[in-house]
Amino acid sequence: MQSFKAAAATTTNTDMFCNSSYFLSRHQTRFPDLGELDHPAVAFHHDDAVDLSPSSFFSLKSSNVGVVANNLHYGALNTTIGAAEIVSSGTGCLDTGQFMYQKGTTFGSSLGNGHIENWADSGLADNSQQTDTSTDVDTDHKNQLHGVQHGPIMVDSVDQSKLKCGDQKTLRRLAQNREAARKSRLRKKAYVQQLESSRHRLTELEQELQRARQQGTFIMTGLSGDHGHSVMGNAALAFDMEYGRWLDEHQRLINDLRSAVNSHMGDNELCILVAAVMAHYDEVFRLKSVGTKADVFHMLSGMWKSPAERCFMWLGGFRSSELLKILGNHLEPLTDQQLMGICNLQQSSQQAEDALSQGMEALQQSLVDTLSSACLGPTASGNVADYMGQMAIAMGKLATLENFLHQADLLRQQTLQQMHRILTTRQAARALLVISDYTSRLRALSSLWLARPRN
Amino acid sequence: MHCQTGSRGTYVPTSRTIAGDPLERIERLASENAVVIFSVSSCCMCHAIKRLFCGMGVNPTVYELDEDPRGKDMEKALMRLLGNSPAVPVVFIGGKLVGAMDRVMASHINGTLVPLLKQAGALWL
Repeated sequence: MQSFKAAAATTTNTDMFCNSSYFLSRHQTRFPDLGELDHPAVAFHHDDAVDLSPSSFFSLKSSNVGVVANNLHYGALNTTIGAAEIVSSGTGCLDTGQFMYQKGTTFGSSLGNGHIENWADSGLADNSQQTDTSTDVDTDHKNQLHGVQHGPIMVDSVDQSKLKCGDQKTLRRLAQNREAARKSRLRKKAYVQQLESSRHRLTELEQELQRARQQGTFIMTGLSGDHGHSVMGNAALAFDMEYGRWLDEHQRLINDLRSAVNSHMGDNELCILVAAVMAHYDEVFRLKSVGTKADVFHMLSGMWKSPAERCFMWLGGFRSSELLKILGNHLEPLTDQQLMGICNLQQSSQQAEDALSQGMEALQQSLVDTLSSACLGPTASGNVADYMGQMAIAMGKLATLENFLHQADLLRQQTLQQMHRILTTRQAARALLVISDYTSRLRALSSLWLARPRN
Repeated sequence: MHCQTGSRGTYVPTSRTIAGDPLERIERLASENAVVIFSVSSCCMCHAIKRLFCGMGVNPTVYELDEDPRGKDMEKALMRLLGNSPAVPVVFIGGKLVGAMDRVMASHINGTLVPLLKQAGALWL
C-alpha cells in the first residue's frame, strides 16, 4: 500500500491540479490492456480506497477512480477526453469536483469550462445512472487488475491494435460521459433558476413584512375604531412585533456589554452600558403591561416566546427565583453582605412566586366552581338569567387574571432591579450576560428541536 | 366591653355597634394587631397575599369585609385610601398602611418587609 499512499499524498497536493497534470476518470479499467501509464499516475481499486478520509476524493467506494495523466498516448482519446467529458462518473468526479474546487480553481480552468459540477443531488442522480456501468467495471476490475493491486500502473506505450479493441468500449463510455455532462448542465440550470426565483420571492416577502410592520404600528396607535376580535388580534400582533423589535435591540445592547466586559472597560463606562440594559428591561415590562391590558390570554399563552421558553414559563414570563439560581456561581466573588442579599432575594422571590401561584390555583378553582354551577347539564332549564349571572361572576374572576399577570411582571422587574442594587457594576454586567445567554440558548434549543431530522 | 384578644389569623367579631366612621374603624382594627389584612373571601389576590404571609411564618389577622355588616362602607373607605380599586387586599403592619399586593411584594423583594415585620413583632428569627 505504500506507493499507493505516497501517490495518494501527492494527489491531494494542489500541484496535482495544475494544467499539465491529472484529471480523474473512473474508467482506467476500461483500458484493460493498458499496461502502464508513462506518468507516475496512480490507479487503485475501490476496495483499496476505503481507508482514506471521507473528505478526500479517494473515498469513493462505489466508483473506481483512477487517476490518469492527461498526456496519455491516446491520440484519439485526447481530443475527446476534453473538458466536458471529465464528468464521467457519478459520484466519482462530482465529489472530487467538489474537492477540486476547494483546492483551487486551477483544475477547473485546466479542464476549460469548469464542467465539474458539484452539487450534491446531481451527484446522487448520476450515481444511479451509472450503476450499471459500475458493476461492469467492478467485475472487470476484479478479474483483470487482480495482479496489479498496489502501486502505480504505468503506460509505457500503447499498442494500436489493442487500442482499437478498447475503442468501442471507450466510445460508449465517452458517450455516457457526454450524456451525464449534459444532464448535469441541465440540472445546474434548473438549480440556478430556482435560486433566482427564491431570491425574488425573498425580496417580495421582505417588502411584505416591512409593510405589515408599518401597518401594525398604525393599527396599534389607531385602535379606537376597531371592535371585538380585531382589537384582540391586532393587540396580540402588535405586541408580537414590538417584542420582536425589543429582542433585537436587547441583543444589540447585550453584544455591546459583552465586548465591553471582554475589553476590560472601566467601571464608569460599563455602568452606563449596564444601566442601558436595565432601562431596556423596563421597556419590555411596559410593553407587557400594555399587552396584558389588551389581551391577557395572549400574554399568558406565551405564543410570543420560543417553544422551549414557553414550556418553562411561569405566569407569562420567566421565574425570578430560577434566574437567580442560574446566576449561582457566576457572580463570585461576593462579599458576605452581597451573598446574604442574593440569598434573601432568592428566598423572597420564591415566596412571592408561590403566593401568586396559589392565588392562581384559587382563581382556577373558583372559575371551575362558577362555570360548573347547578344550572348545567340535564337540570339546565334554560334559565337565561341564571346563566348570565354565572357568566358575569366568571367575567369578574377573569378580570383578576390581568392583575395576577401584572403582579408577576412586577415581581420579575423588581427582582432584576434589586439584583442590580446588590451587585457591583462588573458583577451586574456579568449577571446580565449570563441571563441573556441562558435565554438565547433556550431559543436556540427551540430552533434545533424544530429542525431536527425525523424518521 | 368586649375586647378583642386575638392576635392570630382569625376573624374576631366585635360587638361595637356604634356606627363609626369606616376609616376610623379601619385604623382602629389595624392598630390592634401586628399584621392586619382586609380581604374579601372570594378574592383570589387576597388568598395569594394570605399565602404569602403564612409562607413567611407570619400569622396575619384577616378581616373578611364581605362577612362584615359594615364591610361595604369599609371597602369604599379603603378605595379612597388607596386611590384605586380593588379595595382589597390591603395590609397594615404595626398599625401603618403598607398597601396592596404590589406594594407588599415590592417591599418583600427589596428587603424592607421582613425588618418591618420583626419590628412589629410578627416575626421572630
